[in-house]
Amino acid sequence: MVNHVPGDQAAGGLAVLATGVTRSFQPGRGVLRGLDLSIAPGQFVALLGRSGAGKSTLLRILGGLDPEYGGDVLVPERRAVVFQEPRLIPWQRVQPNVVLGLRPGPGGRRGLKQHGLDALAEVGLAGHARAWPATLSGGEAQRVALARALVREPQLMLLDEPFGALDALTRTKMHTLLQALCARHRPAVLLVTHDVQEAVLLADRAVVLTEGRITLDVPVGLPRPRDPARPAFQDLRARLLAELGVDELRPAAVAETRAI
Amino acid sequence: MADHVSVASHHVGASAASAAAIQPVAGAAAARTTAHLVLIHPARTKRRRFTITRVPRLARRAIGPIVAIALWQLVCSQGLFTSFEVASPVAVFDAGRELAAQGVLASNLLISLQRVAIGVLLGVGTGVFLAVLCGLFWVGEDLIDPVIQAFRAVPILGLVPLVIIWFGVGETPKVFLIALGSLFPVYLNTYAGIRNVDNKLVEAGRTFGLNRLGLVFQVILPGALPGFLVGLRFALVGSWIIDVVAEEINAQSGLGYLINQAQSTNRIDIMFCCLTIYAILGLAADAIVRLLERRLLVWRAAFAGG
Repeated sequence: MVNHVPGDQAAGGLAVLATGVTRSFQPGRGVLRGLDLSIAPGQFVALLGRSGAGKSTLLRILGGLDPEYGGDVLVPERRAVVFQEPRLIPWQRVQPNVVLGLRPGPGGRRGLKQHGLDALAEVGLAGHARAWPATLSGGEAQRVALARALVREPQLMLLDEPFGALDALTRTKMHTLLQALCARHRPAVLLVTHDVQEAVLLADRAVVLTEGRITLDVPVGLPRPRDPARPAFQDLRARLLAELGVDELRPAAVAETRAI
Repeated sequence: MADHVSVASHHVGASAASAAAIQPVAGAAAARTTAHLVLIHPARTKRRRFTITRVPRLARRAIGPIVAIALWQLVCSQGLFTSFEVASPVAVFDAGRELAAQGVLASNLLISLQRVAIGVLLGVGTGVFLAVLCGLFWVGEDLIDPVIQAFRAVPILGLVPLVIIWFGVGETPKVFLIALGSLFPVYLNTYAGIRNVDNKLVEAGRTFGLNRLGLVFQVILPGALPGFLVGLRFALVGSWIIDVVAEEINAQSGLGYLINQAQSTNRIDIMFCCLTIYAILGLAADAIVRLLERRLLVWRAAFAGG
C-alpha cells in the first residue's frame, strides 16, 4: 500500500517521496525499474515520456490505484486524480459528481452542496450544476473533473494527460484555467503528458521517464506567463524532445519515434 | 432548384480543366457542366405544413393497430372465414360484453392479474437478489451462477406435471411457475448489467473516496439499471405466456380457463376476446416499463435529446 504522509509534515517537507519504485506486468520485463522521484509541496512537475514508458503506471501508483509495486512511496493523504477521460458518473448530475464520495462536514449536506457549487463556479461552470454529464462538451466535462479534484483541496494533484482528448483551442483555455487554479490552491502537481510544449508552458520542473527510470530532471526557470516564441522556451523544448528521441532538425528521426 | 445547379455549374466550369477527378457527364446540356453535381436538399421546414411528427406520439402509435383491426373486420365481413374459424372484431366486442354482463370477465381477469402480479414480484425480487449476489461477489458467481444457468436450460412448462405433484392444483403452482419464468430474464440481464458497468467509473469512484457500499449504490447498481429494465420487459411478456398455459392445463378460474371453457363450448368469439385481452395486457405491461425507463433513465434520455 501507498503510505500516507500526515498533513504537511511530509518526509523532509515533501509532497511525494518515491524511492526505488519497481513495477512489472510480465515477469522479467519491468515497466518501472528502481525509479526515484520527489516533489516539493506546491511544485508543478511535468512527467514526459514516450508511449509505454511507464508514465501512467507511475501516476497510478502515486494515486493509490495500483498497490502491486515494489519500493517505497510516500504521498499525502489528500490526493486527487484527473484522468484523460472525465469519468463522471453518467447518472448523477454535475454537482453531485463534483462532491462524489465526500462526507458532509460541519455545514451538513447543504454545506457540501455549496462547496461543490463553489468549485464549479471556479472552473466557470456554475450554471451547469444541474446538468447531466452526457450533455456536456468534452472541455466542459474535463472542467467538471478538475472541479471534482479541486474541491478536495488536494495536497497532491495527479493529472493523467487530462487535455489529451481536447481540441487545440479548448486545450489552450484549459492551460490558462489550470495555471490560475494552481496559483490559488498551490497543490503539488504531477502532470503526465506527451506534449512537450504543454510541459514547458505549465511546469516548474520537467522530468523525462525513459525505460523505467528518470533520465532527465530539469527546472523550468522561465518567467510566467510563458511565451513559446522565446528562444529560452524553444531551447528547453528542443532539449526535452532530444531526450525523448526526437530531433526536429532531422526529419528522418520522426519515422523512428512516431510512437511518442 | 434549377437556379442552384446553374450557379454551381458556372462556378465549377472555371476550374473544369483541373477537375479531371470529377466524373464527366455525357450530353449537350451537361457538356457545359463537365461534372456531375448533385444538389444536397436543404431542409425547408416552412414548406412542410403537415408533418407526422406534429401528431401526438400516442395517436401515431395507435394508427397501426387501428388499421390492423379495420383489416381484420374487413376480412371477416367479406366472408373469407366462417364465424367458426375467425371471430370478427365486432363479434369479439359482443362476446366481451356478454362475459362482462355475466360477471365472468372481471373476476377471471382479476384472478389472472393477481397471479401474474404476485409471481412477477417474487420472480423479479429473487432475480435481482441473485444477480446482485453473483455480480458483486466472486463466491456468489462461482457457486450460484452455474446452478442458475443449468436451471435456465430446463423448459419451465416442462415442470407443470412436477409442480402439480408438489403443490397440488391451487394458486401456488401457477404463481411458482410465473415467478420462475420471470426470475431468469431479470437475473440474466441484471447480472450482465452489473458486470458491464465501466470499470473506469468504479476506479474513479474509489479514488474519490466512495466506500464499497457507496460504490454499489451510486455506481454499480444504477449502471445495471438499463439491463434490469430489459429483463423486466422480458419477464412481463413471459409471465403472461406462462399464466395462460398454467390456467389452461389446470384451473377453475382465470383468462386461460375462460379460453379452455370456450373451446369446449365451441365459442370462437370468446376465445378471440380473451386473446385480445392478453394483447391489451401485454401493451399495458410494455407501457409500464417504458414509463419506468423514462423516469429512471433520464440521464440517458437527456443524451438522446428526448
